[in-house]
Amino acid sequence: MNIHEYQGKALFRESGIAVQDGVHCTSVEQALAAYDSLSSKVVAVKSQIHAGGRGKGSLYSPDTGELVMEGGVKIAFSRKEVENYASNILGHRLVTKQTGPAGKMVNNLYIEAGCAIAHEYYLALLVDREADSVLIMVSTEGGMDIEEVAENTPEAIHKAWVDPREGLQDEQKDSLADSLGLTGSAHDSFVEMIGQLEGMFVERDCSMIEINPLVRTEGGIMVALDSKVSFDDNASFRHPWRDELRDLSEEEEVEVRANQSGLSYVKLDGNIGCLVNGAGLAMASMDVIKLYGGEPANFLDIGGGANKESITTAFGIILEDPNVEGILVNIFGGIIRCDMVARSIINASREIGLEVPLVVRFSGTNHKEGKEVLESSDLAVITTSTLAEGAEAIVGAIGGGN
Amino acid sequence: MSIWVHEDSKVLVQGITGSQGTFHATRMIEYGTDIVGGVTPGKGGQTVDLPGRSVPVYDSMAEAVLDTGADVSVIYVPARFAASAIIEAAEAFHELNEGGVIVCITEGIPTLDMVRSIGHIADKPGVRLIGPNCPGIITPGDQGGCKVGIMPGYIHAKGRIGIISKSGTLTYEAVAQTMSIGEGQTTCIGIGGDPVSGTGFIDCLAAFEEDSDTEAVVLIGEIGGTAEEDAAAWAADNFSKPIVGFVAGATAPPGKRMGHAGAIISGGKGTAEEKFTAFEAAGIHIARDPSAIGEVLLGVLIEAGLRES
Repeated sequence: MNIHEYQGKALFRESGIAVQDGVHCTSVEQALAAYDSLSSKVVAVKSQIHAGGRGKGSLYSPDTGELVMEGGVKIAFSRKEVENYASNILGHRLVTKQTGPAGKMVNNLYIEAGCAIAHEYYLALLVDREADSVLIMVSTEGGMDIEEVAENTPEAIHKAWVDPREGLQDEQKDSLADSLGLTGSAHDSFVEMIGQLEGMFVERDCSMIEINPLVRTEGGIMVALDSKVSFDDNASFRHPWRDELRDLSEEEEVEVRANQSGLSYVKLDGNIGCLVNGAGLAMASMDVIKLYGGEPANFLDIGGGANKESITTAFGIILEDPNVEGILVNIFGGIIRCDMVARSIINASREIGLEVPLVVRFSGTNHKEGKEVLESSDLAVITTSTLAEGAEAIVGAIGGGN
Repeated sequence: MSIWVHEDSKVLVQGITGSQGTFHATRMIEYGTDIVGGVTPGKGGQTVDLPGRSVPVYDSMAEAVLDTGADVSVIYVPARFAASAIIEAAEAFHELNEGGVIVCITEGIPTLDMVRSIGHIADKPGVRLIGPNCPGIITPGDQGGCKVGIMPGYIHAKGRIGIISKSGTLTYEAVAQTMSIGEGQTTCIGIGGDPVSGTGFIDCLAAFEEDSDTEAVVLIGEIGGTAEEDAAAWAADNFSKPIVGFVAGATAPPGKRMGHAGAIISGGKGTAEEKFTAFEAAGIHIARDPSAIGEVLLGVLIEAGLRES
C-alpha cells in the first residue's frame, strides 16, 4: 500500500523527523488559505499522486486533452502564483514517466513552506530481498532518479544493512553521515534522523521509505523535502490506522474488488481472459498464450481457497473487460478439485452467461471427473490436457495467432 | 538418496489441531510421511486421530522434539503467529537436535517478521527453513515417501530428477512434465514466492550437486529480485549436472505485483528476459513454454549420455 507525500510527512512529524511546515488542500481556496497561514513568502505547490517523477511531469485537461502546464511541482513566489499553479494542477491529469500515458487525476495538493537549500541528497530504506534484511541507501546525488545514479555513478551510493536482531549500530549511522561528507550540526542531525527513520520503518511495517531529496539547509540541519512511503500489506492486520490513509482513487477498483473475493487480478491490454490457480501458473499461462500468438487480457489467480462463488465472481470480473474475446481456464488440481471448478464454470455460465469461446485445461486432482462434468453439460467448451494445447485452442478459437 | 527429507524423516505438524493442519496431516500420512506428533499451544496432552494412528499434541516445539526425536516440522499456523512458530522450531531443533528442517506453508507473513525469523536462524547452521508461502518439499519413495506440504502426492514418482520452484501449481506442472517423459523425481522443493524467505535456489542446487541419485534439475523461477541470476552464476561455476530452466512472467507488466508478494518488476529490474538471458549464459537449457519442459529435459538427458535416444 502506498500513501501520498503529505501523509508520509505527517508520519515523519510524528516520529520527530524534520520536515517543512505544509498544508494538505483539495481546492484553490484552501491553497490560498494555506499560503496565508504559512509564514513563508516562497512555497512549493506540489501535486499529490502515487507516482514518482511529478516535478518533470505534465498536466493535461481531462476533457480536451490539452496541455495545461509543464511540471507537477512548482515554486510559487506570490499569492497570485499559488492561485495560478493550484488551479492548473487540481482536477487535471498529471502524466509522469511512472504513470503511463493516461496519467493520474490530481485531487490533492500540498502547499509547503520554502526552504534554503545548501545541498540535496538521497535517502532510502527498503527490504533487501537478497540479504534478508533492511537496507539503507544514501547518495550525494539528491533530486535525481536513483536508478540513473546506480547506472552512471554507482560509487555515489553508500549502503548499510540493519542487523535484524541488533538494529542499526551507531558506527553505521556515523559512517553513513561521513559518506555524505556531513560535518557538525548536519552530521548530528542526520544521525538522529536515520535512527528515527529506522524506528518508523519497523514500527509501521514499511516496505519502503524514500526521501528524494533529503536536504541540508543553509542553517545546517537535515530536512526531508519529499516522502515516498509504502507499507507491507501482509502486516495490515496490526495497523488499523492505515485504513484512513488509503486513497482508493489511486487503486484499480476492479483489483480491489477481486481481492475482496480472495482473487488476485491484474488487468492487461490483450483479448484472452485467463482464470488460473496459482500465481506462477497464472503468469506462465499468460506467457504461453503470447507464445502462441495471442495476447492475455489479465492475470488472475483464484487462490487455494477458491469456491463456486469466488470462481463465478472471477468470470464476472474477466467479462467486465470489453476487450475479452475468449477465456482460457487452466487448473492444476491439488487441494482444488477440477470437478469443483467444472461445476463452478457451469454455475457461472448460468448466472452471468458465457458468450465468448471457452477453453478449459484440467490436470491433477479429479481432472477426469472435471472433464466429464463439462462434456456432459450443454456448455460449448473445448477441453485440453496440456497448457500448450489450451493456449493454441483459445488463440485459434478467437481467430488470432500466427 | 534425496535431499533434506527422506522416508525415515520424523515429522511434526505445527498447528495440527487447526482445520488446515489436520487436513494436511491426514494427506501426508496417507502418502507415507511419518507424522509423529503436532504442536498447538494450549492443547498439549490431547491427541489427533489420523489414518492408522493417533498422534500426540504438545504445547511447545521443545517438548515435541524432546519426546518424539522429530527432525522435520511443517507449519500451518495463521500468518500472524507463523514467525514465532518458525523461531520456536528453530530453537528447539538447534538446542535438542543439532538441527532440523522447518517447512513453512503459511502465506501472508509480514515481511519484517520474516526478516526477524531469518535473523534467528542465521546462527543455527543445522536449521534449514523452506518457505514461507510455499507448497513444501516431497521425496517420493518406493512405496509412498515423505511429503511435507500441500502438494498432491500422487502426481509424483521416485526417480532421478530434482525440482526447485518458487511457485506452487507451476511446480506440479514441472512434475507432470518429468512424468510425461517417464522420469520420476529425487526431491521436489517449493521455495516460495515471498521476497524474504529461507532456502534459496543456490542452497537447493548445492544439495542436488551432492546427491548422487539426482541426475538433472528442473529450476522454475519467476519475475522479481535477482535470485535466478545469482543461481545461474553460481551454477556455471559449481554445478556439474544439467539444468532445465523456466521463468514465469515474461508478459507481466512492470510495477505490478503478480499474486506473489515478491513477483514484481521494479525499477526495470527482475524481468523474465534478464533471467532467461542469465540462464543461457550459464549453460542452463531453457524452456520458454512450461509444456515443453519434459521435451527439453529428455533432450538434455540424451545429450549428456544419461538416456538413450
